[in-house]
Amino acid sequence: MQQDRFRFRLYKDRLFKAAVILLSFSSALPLLFILFYIFKNGIAVINWQFLTNLPKPVGETGGGISNAIVGTGMLLGVSCVLAIPLGICAGIYLSEHKEGRLSYLVRLCVEILQGIPSIVIGIIAYVWIVMPLRTFSAVSGGIALAIMMLPVIVRSAEETLKLIPESLKEASLALGVPYYKTILKVVLPAGLSGVVTGIILSIARVAGETAPLLFTAFGNPFMNLNLFKPVNSLPLLVFNYAASPYPEWHALAWGASLVLAVFVLALNVFAKVITRKWKVQF
Amino acid sequence: MESPVLKVENFCAAFGEHNVLKDISLEVTRNKLTAMMGPSGCGKTTLVRCINRMHELVPNATVSGKMLLQNEDLYAMNPILARRKIGMVFQRPNPFPTMNIYDNVIAGYKLNGIKMRKGDLDAIVEGSLRKAALWAEVKDVLYRKGTFLSGGQQQRLCIARALAMKPEIILLDEPTSALDPKATSHIEELMIELKETVTILLVTHNIAQAARTSDFTAFIYLGELVEFGPTQKLFTVPEDKRTEEYLTGKFG
Amino acid sequence: MADVLNAAKHKEKTKQWQFDSFDTPESIFRAILYGSALCMVLLLAGIFVTLVIESFPAIKAFGLKFLLSKTWNPVTEEFGALPFLIGTVITSFMALGISLPFSLSLSVYLGEYAAEDFLSSMLRSAIELLAGIPSVIYGFWGLFIMVPVVRYIEIKLGVTPYGVGMLTSSLILAIMIIPYSASLGREVIRLVPTELKEAAYSLGATRFEVIRRVILPYVVSGITAGNILALGRAIGETMAVTMVIGNSNFIPRSIFAPANTMASVIANEFTEATSTLYLSSLVEIGLLLFMVTLVINIIGKQIIKKMSVQV
Repeated sequence: MQQDRFRFRLYKDRLFKAAVILLSFSSALPLLFILFYIFKNGIAVINWQFLTNLPKPVGETGGGISNAIVGTGMLLGVSCVLAIPLGICAGIYLSEHKEGRLSYLVRLCVEILQGIPSIVIGIIAYVWIVMPLRTFSAVSGGIALAIMMLPVIVRSAEETLKLIPESLKEASLALGVPYYKTILKVVLPAGLSGVVTGIILSIARVAGETAPLLFTAFGNPFMNLNLFKPVNSLPLLVFNYAASPYPEWHALAWGASLVLAVFVLALNVFAKVITRKWKVQF
Repeated sequence: MESPVLKVENFCAAFGEHNVLKDISLEVTRNKLTAMMGPSGCGKTTLVRCINRMHELVPNATVSGKMLLQNEDLYAMNPILARRKIGMVFQRPNPFPTMNIYDNVIAGYKLNGIKMRKGDLDAIVEGSLRKAALWAEVKDVLYRKGTFLSGGQQQRLCIARALAMKPEIILLDEPTSALDPKATSHIEELMIELKETVTILLVTHNIAQAARTSDFTAFIYLGELVEFGPTQKLFTVPEDKRTEEYLTGKFG
Repeated sequence: MADVLNAAKHKEKTKQWQFDSFDTPESIFRAILYGSALCMVLLLAGIFVTLVIESFPAIKAFGLKFLLSKTWNPVTEEFGALPFLIGTVITSFMALGISLPFSLSLSVYLGEYAAEDFLSSMLRSAIELLAGIPSVIYGFWGLFIMVPVVRYIEIKLGVTPYGVGMLTSSLILAIMIIPYSASLGREVIRLVPTELKEAAYSLGATRFEVIRRVILPYVVSGITAGNILALGRAIGETMAVTMVIGNSNFIPRSIFAPANTMASVIANEFTEATSTLYLSSLVEIGLLLFMVTLVINIIGKQIIKKMSVQV
């Protein structure tokens, strides 16, 4: 009896382990599938023309995604210019004021901001920028993306700077260096790797965002360099072309997906490399 | 008898309600090493941080009494200027990790944006590193970051950094407590050499270190200055019973 | 106690010095830091206020009926959000349910069975990558690869082969939220004290029994929190859902039917909203979305905070 009971328990143990391993590794399958299909379908379309041409109307060959690439660059440019300084400053404030009512409130707000669905951010940018300007624009899209980047940048700046030992600040202050120079020239450089990593990861996060751009940047079949006019972007292009009934456009969408996926993955890898190489040891 | 470099008069310091220093008065003589010893928590680090006005960076910190550096009231001047006249070396070596050795030595000038000719800076770097007994070891690697140095070398780099500002007085806050015995004895030898030309105030909880290196010793206990006098005298015929008990190891 | 009195006098003086000694660059710097921090608060407040103000016409027109009415008719200007509430709830909870065995297995595998070896760090990187893929790419892939598969299954089952619909959305959502609950689950499992596990092993328990009787009960609140946060993610997810849910504004009759979620209806119709009431209704849905995700995130984070206090 005892033997049987014991063998049954061992059997359950092995079955469980097998199930866990099976389920765990199957979770990675979708990744392989997605990457495989993007690569297979995308690589067929990508060539120099693809990257430098404008989208052509249906029926014409040789369409490209150049306006989407440039548009994505413009949107990321606007959002970085807005979010990076603001985020780093807020992060410095939080790391310097660990206690305090404002700090507590700010941390709470940053957490909440991080959880807001991206489509809601799009609504906000629409009301704040698109409505007053009476036009869709790269600026409104950039602002929406900036709002999404902020929590990541603030958090990573705060966490990185909190790790820097107090003794470094004191060494600088003891030399008679004023507080603001101590922060800018000693503390911030020491924490640079973490801050930059946070920035890169936030860029990776928003580079692929579509929802906030649907009614802000809106998309544009032509090349547009004017920040105050609608602009195309890679995710928008994928969305619009995927939903269209034209196979040529589907092909373009696969190509654009590949470019986007490679860009986002490259940023993630880059962030990891920076953390490893630039990290300051104490 | 020339006037002392640093004069502390009836000095008190507190964190909020908690009084850490009670009515301290002492004098630090030029080009001599004055040691402050006492058990942990007695207030010696607080006193030293009051001298270079780091104490007031803590919220709720208060002080009263007088501190005169070369007869100038330290608390009447801009704290940043005060700190530039005073050099400080901390318990754990803290060279700036993002700067190379050269820049670390002249960090006081660089960070403050004080512009000088390269030739002058080179002279300051070499002079300070020689005084800190580190020049021979790093003269070929001046442009490498200082983190590869050993603990003792890093601490000597911090001493060079403080010396480079040509301060009136150097404060050493338990500079060897994070170092191994060999590095400790190097630093002690350095201090004995330095005190000929630099006024030093040393905080230590190591009685033997105070005896070995200092010309004058102050014994601080529970925030009070129990006894202060020439080291020889204090260690052989202490006046206060508490001093005697501390020296014989009854507490601390 | 003359020194205490003196100390008090010097207290004022000390505080004054802290500002005197700072010339203009210093105070500008402090002001910038303070202002930036304040901006975060103002930003959030602005977002909330904007949502409320823009929803106001719809709130005034429909009141609570908005949540209960199933008519969404831009022509007659009758707007009710019930179909989208239902769509959201069903797809999100289904996604959570589908993801649960996978994320739990990942948490247990990465947290307990193979915490440190090469294969498990590969798996961890793979899951991290999964979280980094843009949502629109999930939607695109889902539209072209998963929809035909679901359509095939539906034909076999004898249901209307839309291909798109709530089931497909739930499947894609499940894949997207696995990384979130899995990583949090892994963290809490790794934190289980070794002494507890060793006590159980020394009594002769198998690994499965230790996991089932010791580890899982210990981390129940952490796993729950992780799944609550994953649910919040699923609710707010827009693009992947929009592309495969079929976009129907009627209450779905089965899980195979097309539908819309709160997020997808906004994505689909916002640019076509011509009248004020139409736009305002969409914004009110956005407000609902904001509040629902807010509550869910707060609940999830509260559980995590209470856990760290206990540990």
